[in-house]
Amino acid sequence: MPKTIFEKHSDNRRGYTLPANDVDTKLENCFPENFRRKQELKLPEVSELDVMRHFIELSHMNHFIEKGFYPLGSCTMKYNPKISEELVRNPSIANIHPLQPENTVQGALEILFELQNMLSEISGFAKASLQPVAGAQGEFTGLKIIKAYHATKGNKKNQIILPDSAHGTNPASVKMVGYEVVEIPSNERGMVDIKALREAVNEKTAGFMLTNPNTLGIFEAQIEEISKIIHDVDGLMYMDGANFNALLGIVKPGEIGFDVMHYNLHKTFATPHGGGGPGSGPIGVRKDLVKFLPVPMVNRKDGKFFWDYSHKNTSIGKIHSFYGNFAVNVRAYIYLKMLGPKGLKRVSENAVINANYLMKKLQAHYLVPFKDEYCMHEFVASGKWQKDKTGVKTLDIAKRLLDKGIHAPTIYFPLIVSEAMMIEPTETESKETLDEFIEAMVDIAAEAVNSPETLKEAPLNTPVRRVDDTKAVRELNVKFEW
Amino acid sequence: MPFISNTNKERQEMLAAIGVENFSQLLKNIPEKFLLQEDCCLEKQYSELEISRKYAKLAAKNISANEINAFLGGGIYDHFIPAAVDHIIQRPEFHSAYTPYQAEVSQGTLQYIYEYQTMICELTGMEISNAGLYDGATATAEAVLMAARKTKKNKAILANSLNPLYRQIVSVYTEGMDIELIDVDIEDNLQKLAETSDNDTACVVVQTPNFFGNLEDMAAIEKITHSAKKALFIAVVDPISLAVLNSPAEYKADIVVGEGQALGNHTNYGGPLFGFLATHQKLARTMPGRIVGATEDANGTRAYALTLQAREQHIRRAKATSNICSNDALCTLAATVYMSLMGPKGLQEVATQSATKAHYLATKIAELPNYKLMSNKPFFKEFTVKTPLPAKKIITKLVDYDILPGISLEQFGLEENLLLIAVTEKKSKTNLDELVAALKEV
Repeated sequence: MPKTIFEKHSDNRRGYTLPANDVDTKLENCFPENFRRKQELKLPEVSELDVMRHFIELSHMNHFIEKGFYPLGSCTMKYNPKISEELVRNPSIANIHPLQPENTVQGALEILFELQNMLSEISGFAKASLQPVAGAQGEFTGLKIIKAYHATKGNKKNQIILPDSAHGTNPASVKMVGYEVVEIPSNERGMVDIKALREAVNEKTAGFMLTNPNTLGIFEAQIEEISKIIHDVDGLMYMDGANFNALLGIVKPGEIGFDVMHYNLHKTFATPHGGGGPGSGPIGVRKDLVKFLPVPMVNRKDGKFFWDYSHKNTSIGKIHSFYGNFAVNVRAYIYLKMLGPKGLKRVSENAVINANYLMKKLQAHYLVPFKDEYCMHEFVASGKWQKDKTGVKTLDIAKRLLDKGIHAPTIYFPLIVSEAMMIEPTETESKETLDEFIEAMVDIAAEAVNSPETLKEAPLNTPVRRVDDTKAVRELNVKFEW
Repeated sequence: MPFISNTNKERQEMLAAIGVENFSQLLKNIPEKFLLQEDCCLEKQYSELEISRKYAKLAAKNISANEINAFLGGGIYDHFIPAAVDHIIQRPEFHSAYTPYQAEVSQGTLQYIYEYQTMICELTGMEISNAGLYDGATATAEAVLMAARKTKKNKAILANSLNPLYRQIVSVYTEGMDIELIDVDIEDNLQKLAETSDNDTACVVVQTPNFFGNLEDMAAIEKITHSAKKALFIAVVDPISLAVLNSPAEYKADIVVGEGQALGNHTNYGGPLFGFLATHQKLARTMPGRIVGATEDANGTRAYALTLQAREQHIRRAKATSNICSNDALCTLAATVYMSLMGPKGLQEVATQSATKAHYLATKIAELPNYKLMSNKPFFKEFTVKTPLPAKKIITKLVDYDILPGISLEQFGLEENLLLIAVTEKKSKTNLDELVAALKEV
């Protein structure tokens, strides 16, 4: 393993230059001595070349989209266009301050205004707020809006229903707004169990959170009935938009019964994941919920763009210091402009075709529990056959894929499929790449039978061998001592 | 089609392999009436060249800090960023990787986070840092939630000198959790704080330098806070300031949070930002967000992995310490590269230049007729001035001088003649003198 940057320290080595201070005020005269730091400031002293070599060396230990296939289910690891990276670094975009006068940031506001409108239009909602900075924060914001809706109407409701296939963020967000989670099982087709839903619904039901297509990659065929059941008790339908990549130009969530939805711009709209962020999680809402959206919204009057706080008395308030992840939103704007109406639909079509192709080709080798349904943009396979016959687990299969230069699928999720492998190829991958993946998976299935020990020891040729994450918890070491 | 590899021929081959004749057969679960019949949405398709041209025109309508003499702060600061920072964070190895769930092919991300955590601990003097949160405001909110969880108390005391935007977000984040927020005036003395703080107090939240730029007497506040049974002391700090100002460990803070943008990240019209959160080891299990730990691989080689994941939403679901999943990771990479390049001396130089230039400017402005400093408390790189005209008017007028003199505090519900001025090391003496001269003229 590379040394840490701290181990490269050499006293008085420098990695920066700064102009000399041209005012003659002294720090001692700025504030009293008791405010001055006494504790030594221990940061590495290294040269610029040391820094470059260090981080480039680290970078070589990562898997990333340009290196190889990244079929991580529900994460939509599509290719991120380079033009966005170049344009977003324009100093007139990167070096503007959130509290500048509006007449000095008209270009930025226009981009946001257009993006707000494009997202609303694509999803069939009245308006979208760009303020939430991640999917989970979008959920939180959407749930706050649901709560505000009920509070305004005087509804005494405190429960959100969600299926057992939901992302972990869903119940966690429900809890954060102070609602109770009611979880219902999925049916044998991998969809919402309508009977269980009816039983769970009552006057306390504030809403239903659903990922559609769901985390099994299946479009909820009974969406109309589901939304009727929820709306009949004046509950609201929340769509987790993590899987929106399946629906672009095909259906609009706002037209199929949903009232609130978050978008994951870092999934569907090709902004890079950044090794865990920054993302962006805007939310769209139906007309009567617009007044609850976070303040401010960007608006236009007499050809000028401005931050509109006019709904501040009904708004849920602010959830981010400023206007959300602007630089991420700008990338999504560029991407949408480059897709256009035809490209938009093509994205989802190809994502769906790629996923169905993989599902078809793999089902002779791996259990695909819901193979009777066509999937949308992703599907869930299982390592159960291998586990039962050879003792090889899904974890071992995932690690062996790493040896072949392929990132593992999302594993052990959704929780309702044992030994789950959630596979999402995305539309940007070619048929050759998919065929290579199929070949790798078929080889691994054979290896499970012929050489299960190899799989249990995998990965064998990644930058490090299997990492002991139990030790990372038991012997907690979260900072380097030097 | 842009960014899509498969040709129509390949698409047909794949549809045939799936066993359908056309794409629409794959959509049989979707009620037909919901299917969009025509191409929906978006005006047209732009080529790379066309979008670049359109975008250049839009960008040209903005005025950036590169073109104007700006003194804007309020939590986001225009500090110098060495070129190497952007070179590293643009590498697809970092920016197009996902959250490091598969540790064996994510050691680059995991190791830098471990180094980031170490640096945040060094800056703050604390024992454990997470891998970052969305911004300083949500980090403050998460710290309040953490304190309530840990102490099982529901009263949170907030100094009224806290950034009002942070205050709003703390309120939105805590209102569903049965937490009572109490704002206490600590401007003149700490008597109110002493009276309010009691055995039901989960935490006392104080920002230093505060929203107005002034330094709070953290040592005295700490004594009052900790005289209440169990109450935790939450410090909200500017990371740049810590190079020269007391580390929060020196005044015995329990949780330290703040906005990390100033460490190597562009202002980007306010996002992405990142929040940092550091605390004592004994509070580790109540922390929100990801944490990386050092461990070993099967060969006994040093390696890194996500740790204490039992706190997180993907494992604990409704019982998680937070709903956070994606954070603003790449911004923490920028911070790690930045701190590596600057080292202790560079960071001290940045802090020193920012502070001394701010003090030079404040002195000059205070000498102008009808201008005075709002407070005589010590400050760091930002200070509030009482202006003869509404600050908004001054700001509008000074655009013609190619100057953005600061932030009007009227928009935060304060008096209209308060101007918050921030100075970083990027300002030259000439820049400062130009502001003084312009203020004199308007």
